[in-house]
Amino acid sequence: MWKFLLPFAAFVALVVLFVFGLNPNRDIHALPSPLIGKPAPEFALSNVIDPLGIVSNAALKGQVYVVNVWGTWCAECRVEHEELLAISQQHVVPIIGIDWSVDHGPGERDKAKLWLERLGNPYSQVAFDQEGRTAIDFGVYAAPETFLVDRQGNVIFKHISGMTQEVWEKEFLPRIAAAGKGGA
Amino acid sequence: MSPGSHSRLLALILAVALTGFGDACAAPPAGGLDAHGQLQDPALQVRFERIAKELRCLQCQNESIADSNADLARDLRRQVREMLVAGKSDDAIFSFMTDRYGEFVRFAPPLSPKTALIWGAPFFMLLLGAAIIYRVVRQRSRMPLDE
Repeated sequence: MWKFLLPFAAFVALVVLFVFGLNPNRDIHALPSPLIGKPAPEFALSNVIDPLGIVSNAALKGQVYVVNVWGTWCAECRVEHEELLAISQQHVVPIIGIDWSVDHGPGERDKAKLWLERLGNPYSQVAFDQEGRTAIDFGVYAAPETFLVDRQGNVIFKHISGMTQEVWEKEFLPRIAAAGKGGA
Repeated sequence: MSPGSHSRLLALILAVALTGFGDACAAPPAGGLDAHGQLQDPALQVRFERIAKELRCLQCQNESIADSNADLARDLRRQVREMLVAGKSDDAIFSFMTDRYGEFVRFAPPLSPKTALIWGAPFFMLLLGAAIIYRVVRQRSRMPLDE
């Protein structure tokens, strides 16, 4: 009996393992964010468009918003940009951009400004993270990364790599609808 | 006084003795960062190197932030140095990293219910192997020796 059951059980275990492990839709480099369910890191950075202005998420407390970390050096961000533009046209929630300057140079701000002028601006505000500290606080390791923050200021979802219409509809919109319930 | 502050004091005395008083006045205090953002205190540098080797560069995933040339690794090295200079403990630095990047950022995650499987699996496999060998050997020893 054992001689038959044991290999069969091992076979079933392997099938289950392969179904999960070899799923082509699963990004093996994507890591779960420890930030989910925790307060979004606070930031107050200079505005990319208007260097004298400050972009701060403290001002957004009480509303649902999206944070998108990107940079002009990031190829995937260029691909994602069209999608973000289309999403911003729906006017669901404000999208806050964080322009991540990986070389810490001020040049990234000018490039970002040019990028937004030429390609269009999907963001309600764009912050300039010249030191890369806000990116670290958000646990960003591969731009673009997109976060969803609820009314209480907690991060409720994180998407790594380019935003798409599909991800927006499947992952973000239902969560925004759920987070929108109760007040305002 | 903690052992850390003893060695820091020692390093300060050494630094002053080696550079001479005139230079020491002009130079930033020992334990700070020099113009290149490197640690001046040798004791802190030793701790820095150990911590940086323990932290995974998530951009490249199989390198530590000590080995990686990635921009993020450079920024995280800066973060570790700054926290060391600010007198933060190793634990505080590790939890700063895991709070943001998760347990995966550590090459050797601490033993917890979540990581028990990683730590326990080798011992479990060893025991399983021993049990199988024990059974097989016992069975074979019971077999009649023919021929």
